[in-house]
Amino acid sequence: MNDKSKNSRRSFLDKSLKLGLLGIVGGVVVSKLVDANAQEGEKVKVLTQDGKLVEVDSTAINKVSHGSHAIDYKVREGYQGRKFVMVIDLAKCKNALKCVDSCNKAHHINTPNAWLKVYKMQDSKLSSPYWLPSLCNHCDHPPCVTVCPVDATFKRRDGIVLIDNERCIGCRFCMAACPYSVRVFNWGDPNQPEIDSEHQYTADHGGLPSQVGTVDKCDFCPHQIEKEELPHCVTACPTGVYYFGDIYEDTVSNGDETLKLSKLLKDKAGYRLLEGLGTSPSVYYLPPVDRLVDFHDADFNFEQVKFKASSNTETK
Amino acid sequence: MSDYNKIINDLAPKKFNKLGIIWITVLSIVSIAGIIAYIDQIIRGMEVTNLRDYALWGIYISNFVFFVATSFVGALTAAILRLTHKNWRTPLVRIAEIVAVACIAMAGVTIILDMGRPDRLYNLFLHPRLQSPITWDVLIIMVYLTFSILLLYIPSIPDFAILKKHYHDKPFLRKLYGILAINWKGTEKQIRIHQKSIQVLAVTMIPLALQLQTIDAWLFSTTYRVGWDSTNFGPYFIAGAFVAGTGALVTTVFMVREFYKLHDYITEKHFDKMGRLLVFACLVYLYFNINEYLIPAFKSTLGEVDHLEEMFFGKFAWMFWIVVFGGLILPTILLMFKKMRKPLPMFIIAVVVVVTSWGKRYVIVTPSMLHPFLPIQGVPESWYHYIPSLHEWLITSATLTLALLIITFLIRFIPVIPIQRTIDERGITKPTNDQNL
Repeated sequence: MNDKSKNSRRSFLDKSLKLGLLGIVGGVVVSKLVDANAQEGEKVKVLTQDGKLVEVDSTAINKVSHGSHAIDYKVREGYQGRKFVMVIDLAKCKNALKCVDSCNKAHHINTPNAWLKVYKMQDSKLSSPYWLPSLCNHCDHPPCVTVCPVDATFKRRDGIVLIDNERCIGCRFCMAACPYSVRVFNWGDPNQPEIDSEHQYTADHGGLPSQVGTVDKCDFCPHQIEKEELPHCVTACPTGVYYFGDIYEDTVSNGDETLKLSKLLKDKAGYRLLEGLGTSPSVYYLPPVDRLVDFHDADFNFEQVKFKASSNTETK
Repeated sequence: MSDYNKIINDLAPKKFNKLGIIWITVLSIVSIAGIIAYIDQIIRGMEVTNLRDYALWGIYISNFVFFVATSFVGALTAAILRLTHKNWRTPLVRIAEIVAVACIAMAGVTIILDMGRPDRLYNLFLHPRLQSPITWDVLIIMVYLTFSILLLYIPSIPDFAILKKHYHDKPFLRKLYGILAINWKGTEKQIRIHQKSIQVLAVTMIPLALQLQTIDAWLFSTTYRVGWDSTNFGPYFIAGAFVAGTGALVTTVFMVREFYKLHDYITEKHFDKMGRLLVFACLVYLYFNINEYLIPAFKSTLGEVDHLEEMFFGKFAWMFWIVVFGGLILPTILLMFKKMRKPLPMFIIAVVVVVTSWGKRYVIVTPSMLHPFLPIQGVPESWYHYIPSLHEWLITSATLTLALLIITFLIRFIPVIPIQRTIDERGITKPTNDQNL
């Protein structure tokens, strides 16, 4: 029932904007037509969002198509009714860099402009250092999108921030605006001989191809989501640092285990980078407690890596 | 020869002499070298610069800010001095407007040089987003350029009419000035409309100029970057433009005066006045600098400390202190003495002020780029620093020489000192038999 009411509310909001009253009527009719082949009277067990098992009539269920592009999928709008989120467990990261390798490979990054970087961090002299994987935070208030003069970088409804490399004019204002320094620029030829020149570019598969004079960054792998697979960094990580999921489903998975997002963040005191700036990132970090690996790195230099944040991310 | 004809003879644009030809040749050579470098940048991409993912804005942007700042001189003299009824401005207004037009035009060009994809410039008009400060900047630069050109052209119309008569035996010039004079006869009605138009333009120019500088400041202060994230930035940039503009004015006025031997029209009194103006500008700017640097230093938050230490004692220190002492404190002290407000010392001081104004923009733009919130790691060692490449220097030099070329050619065809106004102000009447020019 929850699903049903949620869906019709969403379609109400969605369509009333465009078509008004007619849209609502149309939406109801369409949803009835879709379910016309379901047999009446059949009860189906479903799990509600708060974890209760309930029984509903099969005719009352709308099938939500995850993955493969729905009919109304638009690159600039994203997947309807979804909101992607990532959790990075700093306690597990041992700088294996498999994430960087697989990301570079999947997005054909053949220059030093890796989209995913792993920083050596140390918050204060007395606290121990840790590794911090850094990628696009897909902020809900993205400063990069605000300053783009040509709408080349945009925020989708499913939370993903993308770049249209065929529109970008290369002014790099978004790079100056990004407080996380995650954006990279194709200063020269991206050097991607392996890409078929016939390949049709879409903004939801960054780096395929990259274009000289435009900005690139982590795209949260919509091309993996479409195949109902996890982003490359998530699957490549040998220690399961990365969890990816949907904030509406309240679940995240690192491939080995699937966890309840809200509980995970609560139990392990999840936080976001530079929270004080109000950018509201979609990437959460779990503090680097009980680290699997110690730093035996004698030349670890506090001065070089200290966190120059003006916000509250330094605690923990 | 009557006074009337003498003034026209003195002030009519003259052909370039030998020195002028050499001047133009040198400027052209530098400009062509820069254009070649730019073509290479287009072919090979921006990897020919030393800009990289961290130092992503460099001397192109600081040069852009410099041009925008310098163009403030137009509004300063033509509008502010006009509205405050400072009559000593008369021989300086035209030069100021010429400098302003050249600088704002080159500012527009310079911002394109920094773009990774100049071939997609049309997207700024095809898909504009009003919330982006760059869109504001594009709009204000176009409007300011238009108004600057109008403010140069409209007050010159009576002079063009005079020149049309003056060159009655030279068909090309007669035709050129004939077109430019748009049938100016000096009737009462024309004079009334003319005065009114200039008044409207001058008044409009002030908010436009303030907006231009402020939007330029907002390109930086709308980001979170340490050193840019400041509510002080708008007025700080306006004050800086006041200094850069006045410096550029003094420099150009001195050169024009020497080149064209205009000592009768641009006197020591004018330099004295400009000197006082420059002292005032420097003091205002100094005040904003104190706000901009000392207050963050007082609080010394983690991010600011790194930035400021590098500025005060680190690798940008030499430049920072030259800019503060050479460009602000020293000129203020020197120009307080009357002896220093003579033309030659003023010229030397003004050149220093202009050069340090350029350096000031570099000190504003670059150090902040190299102090992001997250550490700079995982990139090649050379990306940690920024020293402009040969391409960048060539292209930047070319924008400066092109600005000087624009100024030079405008001076060649537009009388640098308003003829009609000088005649009116000196109370000279037109001789009735003016056939014998």
